[in-house]
Amino acid sequence: MPYSPSEQGAMKNPQLNAEGRLQHLLTTEGLPREILVHVLDTARSFLSVGGREVKKVPLLRGKSVFNLFFEPSTRTRTTFEIAAKRLSADVINLAVQVSSQTKGETLLDTIDNLGAMHADMFVVRHSQSGAAHLIARHVSAHMHVINAGDGRHAHPTQGLLDLYTIRHYKKDFTGLSVAIVGDVLHSRVARSLIHSLTTLGVPDVRVVGPKTLLPEGVEHLGVRVFLDMREGIRDCDVIVMLRLQNERMKGPLLPSAQEFFKSYGLTPEKLALAKPDAIVMHPGPMNRGVEIDSAVADGPRSVILHQVTFGIAVRMAAMSILMGS
Amino acid sequence: MNIQIKNGTLVDPRNGVDGKNDIYLAGGKVAAIGRAPDGFKAERSIDATGMVVCPGLVDLAARLREPGFEYKATLESEMLAAAAGGVTSLACPPDTDPALDEPGLVEMLKSRAQSLKLVHVYPVGALTARLAGERLTEMAELTDAGCVAFSQADAPLRDTQVLWRAMQYASTFGFSVWLRPQDEFLARDGVAHDGEVATRLGLPGIPSFAETIAISTIVHLARATGTRLHLCRLSTAEGIDMVRQAKREGLPLTCDVSAHHVHLSDMDIGYFDSHCHVVPPFRSQRDRDALRRGLADGTVEAICSDHTPVDEDAKQLPFGESEAGATCLELLLPLTLKWANELKVPMARAIAAVTAQPAAILKIDAGHLAPGAVADVCVFDPNAYVRITREHLKSQGKNTPFLGYELPGRVRCTLVAGEIVYEA
Repeated sequence: MPYSPSEQGAMKNPQLNAEGRLQHLLTTEGLPREILVHVLDTARSFLSVGGREVKKVPLLRGKSVFNLFFEPSTRTRTTFEIAAKRLSADVINLAVQVSSQTKGETLLDTIDNLGAMHADMFVVRHSQSGAAHLIARHVSAHMHVINAGDGRHAHPTQGLLDLYTIRHYKKDFTGLSVAIVGDVLHSRVARSLIHSLTTLGVPDVRVVGPKTLLPEGVEHLGVRVFLDMREGIRDCDVIVMLRLQNERMKGPLLPSAQEFFKSYGLTPEKLALAKPDAIVMHPGPMNRGVEIDSAVADGPRSVILHQVTFGIAVRMAAMSILMGS
Repeated sequence: MNIQIKNGTLVDPRNGVDGKNDIYLAGGKVAAIGRAPDGFKAERSIDATGMVVCPGLVDLAARLREPGFEYKATLESEMLAAAAGGVTSLACPPDTDPALDEPGLVEMLKSRAQSLKLVHVYPVGALTARLAGERLTEMAELTDAGCVAFSQADAPLRDTQVLWRAMQYASTFGFSVWLRPQDEFLARDGVAHDGEVATRLGLPGIPSFAETIAISTIVHLARATGTRLHLCRLSTAEGIDMVRQAKREGLPLTCDVSAHHVHLSDMDIGYFDSHCHVVPPFRSQRDRDALRRGLADGTVEAICSDHTPVDEDAKQLPFGESEAGATCLELLLPLTLKWANELKVPMARAIAAVTAQPAAILKIDAGHLAPGAVADVCVFDPNAYVRITREHLKSQGKNTPFLGYELPGRVRCTLVAGEIVYEA
C-alpha cells in the first residue's frame, strides 16, 4: 500500500498556488526563472514612479498591507511602507515586540487577530527561520505573505533587489562572477541572493569568509568557497559585502572587528583585484571600517545607494504581482 | 481469566519460537504453548488467524508527562496509548517536574500507574538531583522504590567529574546508567542537524561530533569505572561505529535508537515542519541508513518510541521555537515493521528489538512468552495498514511527522498479565 504524504503540507511548495502563480513571497529558493524575471521587469516599470511629481499609482487602492515586524528594523520597514503607499494601499505598521507578544499572545494569535481586521497582505520580519512559512500556511486563502527576513533563512525582496541591481549594471547574468563576502553563516541576504543568482544562470557564485562564518555544506547551494579574500574577489564582476552584526565581532567566531577588517574588509587595494568595472554592493546598514572601507563605500564603484532606490521598485513589483494587479 | 489465543503465528524471539502455535493463558501467566494444559477451560478464545502473536512490546523511553506536565498528557491517556500500540512495559525517563530524584516521587508514580491497571511502568531515576548535574541522587533508595536505571534524560551533565563519580557510584551497586550522548556546548542553540538542509533553511545546527565526542567521554568513563552503560537515542553513523568498536573490545554496553530516527532524515523537515523538531535532530540519510544497518546487524539492541507528547500550541511556532519531540507509542510497532519490511529483516529479529532485547537491558522478566512468564501479549495483523491520523491516536500528543501516512501492523489485542487492556 502506498504511503500518502504528510497532511501538514510541509513538503508542498508553499509560495505557489494551484495554478503555479505566486501566492506568497517567502524565499527565492525554488522560484522559477520566469517569476524572478517577471518581478524584475515589473520593478523596472515602477522605477519611474518615484521620480514623478505625484508618486502614486492606484494599483492597490483599497487594499490593506500590515507591516509586522517582530524584529526591529527601520530601513526595510520604511521601504515596504513607501512601496505600499506608492501603490495606493493602506499601510498599518506594527512593531510587535512592543505590543501583544510581550503579553503572551502567540505568533498565530496575533495573525488571527489582524486577519480579522481584513488584512490583504502581511509583510513579516521575525528572528526565527521559518516564521514566514508558518504564517503563510496559517492564513486564509485570499491573504498574501511577504517575508521581509526570517532568522538566517531568507530575505527574498533583498535578494531580488540585489538581482535587479546586478542586471541594471551588468545586463546579462550568464557570464558573471559574483562574490559574496563576510558573515554568510548568519545571513539571510546571502542565501536569498545565492538562490536567485544560480536560478538565473550565473556561472560563478563565490562565498568568501573565515570558516567560522561559513555554514556547513554551503557548497551544496552551488557556490565556490574561498577562505582568502584576495583570491575570492579576483576578477569578479560583482562584490556583495555582508553586514557583520556587532554581537558577532568579538567572541567565539571572531577575535575582533579590526582583525576581520584586515582579512575580509573591502579596501581600495583589494578592490583593485576585481574586474576594472566591478560593482560593490551592500544590503545596509554598513559598518564602515569593519566590512567596508569608506573610500570604497563612497567610491565610484559603489552602487549601494542605488540598491535602496531599486529596493522600493522591487517591493512595489512583489506586492502588485502577489495581489494580482 | 483463562484465555486461549488460537490459529496465530507465535513469534517469541527469546525462546526461539516462530510458527503456528496456540497459546494458553491462566492466572495472569502463560500456561502452555501448542497444546492446552490438562483440564484447561478457556473462558475467552481469541481467534488470531492471519495474526502474529508476540510478547507485549517493551519500550525503553516513553514520557508519560506526570508529574508536572499534565496539560501535555496524563498517565491514563498515555498508558491507553501504550496499550493501543501493543506496548505492555515501558520505562519512563526522569525528566518530569519535579524530576524523579526522590523515592517518594517514584513510589507515587508507581502506585498511580498500578492503580490504573493498564501497562507496567518502570521509572528511570534521575542520576543527579533535579537533573542539575551536581549532586548524586540516593540511587540505592531509588532502586528500592522501583527505579530500574539512572539517567539524565536530555538534561546535560557538563561536569565530567560528576559524571565520573556518578558512574563509579552506580557501578558500586551494579546499577545501570543510561545516557544520551550530546556535548552541551557543541549543541548549544542548535535545532537541526548541521548539514546541507540546516544551511539551506538557516537553522542553527548541531554537528555530528556533538554526539561522538560525548560517546567518547562516556565510553572512557564506563571503561574506567566498569559501569553497566546504556547509550540512548544514537543518531549518527560515527556513533554507531564507536559502539560497534567498544563492543568488540568487550565493554558491557548496549544502545537504542528512536523509531522515528530509523526512518527520517533532515530532508524530512521540508519547509520547516515542526513535527520534525526532535532530540537528537534527524540527521543525514547516510546516518539514518547506518542506524538501520546497526539495528539489523545487532550493534543496536533496541528500538524505542522516545514518546514525547507535545501540545499543539507548542508545535504551532517557528521551527526553532517549537517544542521538540514526537508522539510515538502507537507508532512503535508499525515503524519497527516498516523498517523490517524495507531491510528484509525476519519478523522475529524485528520483534526482538522491541521485546526481548529491551527487556534484557531493563533486566526485567518480560518480553518473552515461555510457560510461566507473565502473560503480556500483543496480537497484531502484520498485513493490515494503519492510517495515522489525529483521531486515530489515543495519545494526548498528536505530534508526529507520520500524520497522514499508512503504516503496516494493526494491533488487534493487547493483554497485560493475562487481562485484555486493548481490543480493536
